[in-house]
Amino acid sequence: MLEAVLFFFIVVAGTAGELSVSRAMKGVGEVHDFRLKSILRFVLQSFRLPWMWVGIALMSVAFFSLLAILSFRQVSFVVPVSALSYAAGAFGAKLFLGERISRNRWIGIAVVCLGVTIVWWTRA
Amino acid sequence: MTRTRRLQLKTMPLILISIVLGPLGNVFLGKGMKGVGSVTSARIIDFLPIASRVLTSGYIWLGIVCLMGFFVAHMLLLTWADYSYVQPATSLSYVSIAILSYVVLGEMISPLRWLGVTVICVGVLLVGRTSPSTSEAP
Repeated sequence: MLEAVLFFFIVVAGTAGELSVSRAMKGVGEVHDFRLKSILRFVLQSFRLPWMWVGIALMSVAFFSLLAILSFRQVSFVVPVSALSYAAGAFGAKLFLGERISRNRWIGIAVVCLGVTIVWWTRA
Repeated sequence: MTRTRRLQLKTMPLILISIVLGPLGNVFLGKGMKGVGSVTSARIIDFLPIASRVLTSGYIWLGIVCLMGFFVAHMLLLTWADYSYVQPATSLSYVSIAILSYVVLGEMISPLRWLGVTVICVGVLLVGRTSPSTSEAP
């Protein structure tokens, strides 16, 4: 039960957090310059965006859930299973960011989910 | 050079960095947390000793540093690439997480688990053939 709750936080809070960060990043705009100074400025700039902080809060919940679950499960089990967020991510990106998900992308995401299911069977 | 080709040229190196640093971070977190001991209690009284063991673990901090590097690469990617492209593309990290778990942590990966990881990568290849950005540049 605890394990299911922790996976729920990892998948749902983690995905919602990444979507929030993604939304913030589209507000910063495309980065063209990869010098260290520019990257630092880019990081500071992104911390001024409210969506960035929403994302950080949600991802923190996911992070501590990950730590808890890693204390009693194998890394090579936990990380693949947390890829359940692929389906959540595609739906979220479509609804929340207005991204268009092509048919080929849906197929890829479905195959990824199949892989996750197989890994789940190896739960020892 | 087409827009898609130009985007792929700077997208691929950053995806590579993500694929190495993210899993490395998780492996260090796993190593650190196995040292902390099983966190299966939700009682408040157990929280402080666990939190102090987590915060004083060198492996946890090493993992956090790796994950921060991963996060910056990830953020840079997201300034131009769709989230629904970046997330599946970086899932190649499931191969590196399996390899690193075996090499660094000595976890035994069963053939079935390898099959699952391989299937995930097939999904990644299918997604990688689509354009990094479907929305118009602002």
